Amino acid sequence: MEGVRMSSEPNSSLLERVRSPFEGPNTLGNSNGFWLTFGVGVVSLALYPVLFGTYAAGERAVFLVYALLGVSLCFVWGFCGILSFGQVAFFGVSGYTFGIVGLNVSSYTGVTLGIVAGIAVATLFAAALGYFMFYGGVRDVYVTIITLVVALVLKTFMDQTAGGEWAIGEAELGGFNGMRNIPNLAIGVGDVGIDVSRAMHYYVALAALIAVYLGLRVLVNGRFGYAMVATREDETRTEMFGYNTTLIKFVTFTLGGALAGLSGVLYVTWGNYIDPQQFAITAASMPVIWASIGGRDSIAGTMAAAIVLQWIELQLTGEWALVIVGSLLVFVILAMPEGIAPRLRTFVLDRQSSSEPATAPATTEEVTD
Amino acid sequence: MNGYELLNVTFQFLESFAFIVLATVGLAVIFGMMGIINLAHGEFILVGAYATTLSAHQGLPLPVAMLVGVVATTIFGIVLERTIIRRLYGRLLDSMVATFGISLVLVQLTRILFGNSIDQVSTPFGAISYGSYSYSLYRVLLAGAAIATLLVLYILFTRTAFGIRARATIQDEETARSMGVDTDRMYMSTFAIGSALAGLTGALYAPARASPTPEFGSEFLVDAFVAVVVGGPSVLVGTPLAGGFLGLIEAFFTFQWTQFIGTVAMLVAAIVMIRLLPDGFSGLVESVRTSWRESE
Repeated sequence: MEGVRMSSEPNSSLLERVRSPFEGPNTLGNSNGFWLTFGVGVVSLALYPVLFGTYAAGERAVFLVYALLGVSLCFVWGFCGILSFGQVAFFGVSGYTFGIVGLNVSSYTGVTLGIVAGIAVATLFAAALGYFMFYGGVRDVYVTIITLVVALVLKTFMDQTAGGEWAIGEAELGGFNGMRNIPNLAIGVGDVGIDVSRAMHYYVALAALIAVYLGLRVLVNGRFGYAMVATREDETRTEMFGYNTTLIKFVTFTLGGALAGLSGVLYVTWGNYIDPQQFAITAASMPVIWASIGGRDSIAGTMAAAIVLQWIELQLTGEWALVIVGSLLVFVILAMPEGIAPRLRTFVLDRQSSSEPATAPATTEEVTD
Repeated sequence: MNGYELLNVTFQFLESFAFIVLATVGLAVIFGMMGIINLAHGEFILVGAYATTLSAHQGLPLPVAMLVGVVATTIFGIVLERTIIRRLYGRLLDSMVATFGISLVLVQLTRILFGNSIDQVSTPFGAISYGSYSYSLYRVLLAGAAIATLLVLYILFTRTAFGIRARATIQDEETARSMGVDTDRMYMSTFAIGSALAGLTGALYAPARASPTPEFGSEFLVDAFVAVVVGGPSVLVGTPLAGGFLGLIEAFFTFQWTQFIGTVAMLVAAIVMIRLLPDGFSGLVESVRTSWRESE
């Protein structure tokens, strides 16, 4: 990432060289403080199964899986300005595909094939929809409405697939009852392979989340990321500069679909089950809620918001949970339209600049989120 | 296709047309005039339906109960506009997210207050019989209500001083204000009209569909959004054209096969239309008009 981090010393330390691809103006947290907080967060998530037991970790793995879904939206919305309600469509399509392959092809081969097929089908679906929309001149809010409609159409369709005639080989789609007995996550060929369940599944989800997070940081701070952010800020001007904004949006949307597909595979292998409720409007909006509350241009903020909000919902198992989540959403949009993470960053930045006046202008520019 | 079957398709068309138009008008007015995507639109319809049904249970005659439904939704809309929506003008995507939050709260509050469903008001007027078929008269009459609603809106926005002020506000807020239009009040009134229309939809469909549940409103949402997109930004032109086109397709496929195939055909047609006409029907009408004027 040439010239992203304007390092004044030519012989920068090893740590700085390792860090440099992950940092840049397109991500909020670039300071030592941020990475320290991030490290503490990762370590405490990694220690969760040790502290609370493998059963609890297996149950909570879904938080990480949904956080990944939130990240897929944060990427397309926060960095390219495409508000998609359709992330759940790719998530669900991938889940159903994994189920169909996993139930039909037994042994480890089926599961491995299912992972590939699930993500591939979700990616292709996103690419087809993205091609249709962006090359068809559909923009802004119409993109949002079309993605929402696609999710709702899938819900309507899957709801009526109950009964034996809606089976693909061994796999019954199951209508509103959902698809059952989907195999666990595993990797291998034939009878040789590794099973991934419970705490292992938790760690796989955590590893996927961190890998996607770091990968996206490299991507958004690279040349493509600059083009994405430029497209978000002013599409016409970016096009005048010679960028193919249609292609940029198409690629971003497809990549977002692939990430949602990955989280879909992790979801069905977690619960061994998927139903059309995953396409419903409440489910479709959850990623939007996480990204709005966490901060749509902060990937770490979205992840944190997704995990914390799911935890809150779990604590409020009563009937008032949705009322509180909905009110919180309205409150955040009115009080901090850009989300909590950017607000937190400004707060820390203000504190630092008042405590150490004008000594280190380079560091005050990059503080934690 | 014999005469009775033709009549069947016609009734089916009128019912689809009425449903699409009535589901859409409130959303379309608020979106087309104010640039607010109201994801709580379904819950405005819900308020109208519940207010109607509950006041009918209190012994009010149905037309009065429906009026109560419309008034309740209007007041509800004004309160929401003054407290929340007012702060979101010009922030299209934020308005979507915030109204979604409102919708979550409303659905859940309805469930907490009234349970999972309330008793339905019976459908008035009975049925028309012809040959071996019969069709609910009320459902057919709803098409008349839809057309009447569109006519009233047309007169309101093109023939009255209020309509001219409202459209001036939408077109150029600053100029309108400097000409002495109270734009803040115009926004509030437009939102109130949109809410009243959603309330009317709820009131009219409260006796015509299954027992109202907290999800009552979301059944209208897909049709409403599809028709808004297919109709395009100009409400008065777009909504009836979208309703007519989509209704025709839904009625034909429902008649030939099943309700499910009809719904799928309608949605596929809508997606194809969006691909061909990104600005919807009203964009098409606009460009035809422009080229017509140029050739003169």
